[in-house]
Amino acid sequence: MSNDIIVKAVDVTKHFGNFLALDKVNLEVTRGEVSCIIGPSGSGKSTLLRCINLLERLDGGAIWVNNELVGYRREGDRLHEISDVEISQQRRRIGMVFQRFNLFPHMTALENIIEGPVQVLGEPARQARERAETLLERVGLADKKDHYPSELSGGQQQRVAIARAMGMQPDLILFDEPTSALDPELVSEVLDVMRDLASSGMTMIVVTHEMGFARNVANTVTFMEAGKVIETGLASEVLSTPKSARTAEFIKAVQS
Amino acid sequence: MNATTIRTTGDIGKYEIAHLTLVPKRHIGRTVAAAVVLLLFAALVRAFSVGQIEWSYVRDFLFAPTIIAGLGNTLLMTVAAMTLGIVLGVVIAIMRISGNPVLSSIAVGYVWVFRGAPALLQLMLWFNLALIFPTMGIPGLFEFRTVDIMTPFVSAMLGLGISQGAYTSEVVRSGLLSVDSGQYEAARSIGMTHMKMLRRIVLPQAMRVMIPPIGNEVIGMVKLTSLASVIQYSEILHNAQIIYFANTRVLELLLVASFWYLFVVSILSVGQHYIERYFGRGIKSIRSSV
Ligand SMILES: Nc1ncnc2c1ncn2[C@@H]1O[C@H](COP(=O)(O)OP(=O)(O)OP(=O)(O)O)[C@@H](O)[C@H]1O
Ligand SMILES: [Mg+2]
Repeated sequence: MSNDIIVKAVDVTKHFGNFLALDKVNLEVTRGEVSCIIGPSGSGKSTLLRCINLLERLDGGAIWVNNELVGYRREGDRLHEISDVEISQQRRRIGMVFQRFNLFPHMTALENIIEGPVQVLGEPARQARERAETLLERVGLADKKDHYPSELSGGQQQRVAIARAMGMQPDLILFDEPTSALDPELVSEVLDVMRDLASSGMTMIVVTHEMGFARNVANTVTFMEAGKVIETGLASEVLSTPKSARTAEFIKAVQS
Repeated sequence: MNATTIRTTGDIGKYEIAHLTLVPKRHIGRTVAAAVVLLLFAALVRAFSVGQIEWSYVRDFLFAPTIIAGLGNTLLMTVAAMTLGIVLGVVIAIMRISGNPVLSSIAVGYVWVFRGAPALLQLMLWFNLALIFPTMGIPGLFEFRTVDIMTPFVSAMLGLGISQGAYTSEVVRSGLLSVDSGQYEAARSIGMTHMKMLRRIVLPQAMRVMIPPIGNEVIGMVKLTSLASVIQYSEILHNAQIIYFANTRVLELLLVASFWYLFVVSILSVGQHYIERYFGRGIKSIRSSV
């Protein structure tokens, strides 16, 4: 396996009861790549992201992040399920941005960003604070640092959430429909921040319905349906000349 | 007047009302109610003044050293029992939602047993523990006589604190459940361990929901400590009783004790307001947005 591969999912399978949410899904993401996942509702996009971040356990297959097997430790011929503490250690290197922001409501914008570095990484408070201020500046919210989430618009909250994920200095950030809960006029301010992040070389897996973003920013696009990967490839190819008829139909539907 | 007449008359003069005199709405019901209450209150005051209460006793004993010492013990017991209750409540609630079947069964059993028996009875059980276990300890290592350990203070603290823990754990649990699942996921996504997530993210938010009922429970506990008088713990009611056994001024001393209970509860109510405001930070209050 090449060192440039940051995420490798092999035959990932996940059931909820009898329902098959992921059916032998394969995915490969290289360092610095922006990989978009598209597909209809219920196709398993969120579930795949949650498996990468260990918010769900796999039933079959395996995922490597940074050449490290997610959820297990290999010793010779044995695979040991790792402890909760080890799971939390693996998660530190994977950022996640949620559809509904999920900022901590009892903390200001700045405190939201500092929380992880100080409490989890043990960074000195001062240093974390300075870095958080730089991050807030980068997402255009330097003047909002002492505001609580309830005092921010949806777009501003999502930008703080992105800054919070960046604050952990992860190898990879997962975005689960980051603009779906936003009013239309606020979508672009969040996409701008994500575009800036992409151009700085951050590896990103983005579940989105924003075809414009996928076309302009993504390197690769994966189309999922009913728990399966139907098609994956270079963004330009999948979006303009899809091989599968289902992909073409879906793209046409979301664009109109 | 209805909309059609307005349109058809077209009389502009009708719509000029600035020169008219405004007669405020009369609240007759309120006035009557206030009069009735004042009347009843006056009757009550009269009853107390002609009744056989020696108010000078009330005044003299209000700050009597025995009463003040009793008040101190009441407060001490409130703090001790409530602290034990809250600690147990948090631990039991976390065990209950832990997903570990052993821990959550223990939690369910705890609530079942200690919520099921009256606090007074539990207190007496602890106090009389020596009847079944004359000594306690680890054989060969250390051993105590149970009566030395189960002092009135310890028995009352255990009895009140442990039964309180059963109630408080339900309050804590509803607080934990009130926190959005997205908060748990966000905390995990930045790599927090389970305990750190509870401490830093979940409990502070649950506090907002927990504080009003816990405030109630603290206030309830102030009064519940009077049960400890039964096992000779010298809290305020017990001390008031000691005095009136000697001077037979029963009602006067009961009034002294009531005054102090009311006084403490009033102060706690004010404190509760400030604590609620602190844990409500970052959350728009329903009142301020109206
Ligand atoms: N915890 C769960 N328990 C049971 N079923 C679940 C659970 N989570 C997801 N599912 C089911 O798995 C399927 C895939 O869900 P998932 O959230 O991954 O879809 P999605 O592609 O993200 O859809 P959307 O675009 O609506 O977010 C859905 O049918 C959903 O109902
Ligand atoms: Mg989803």
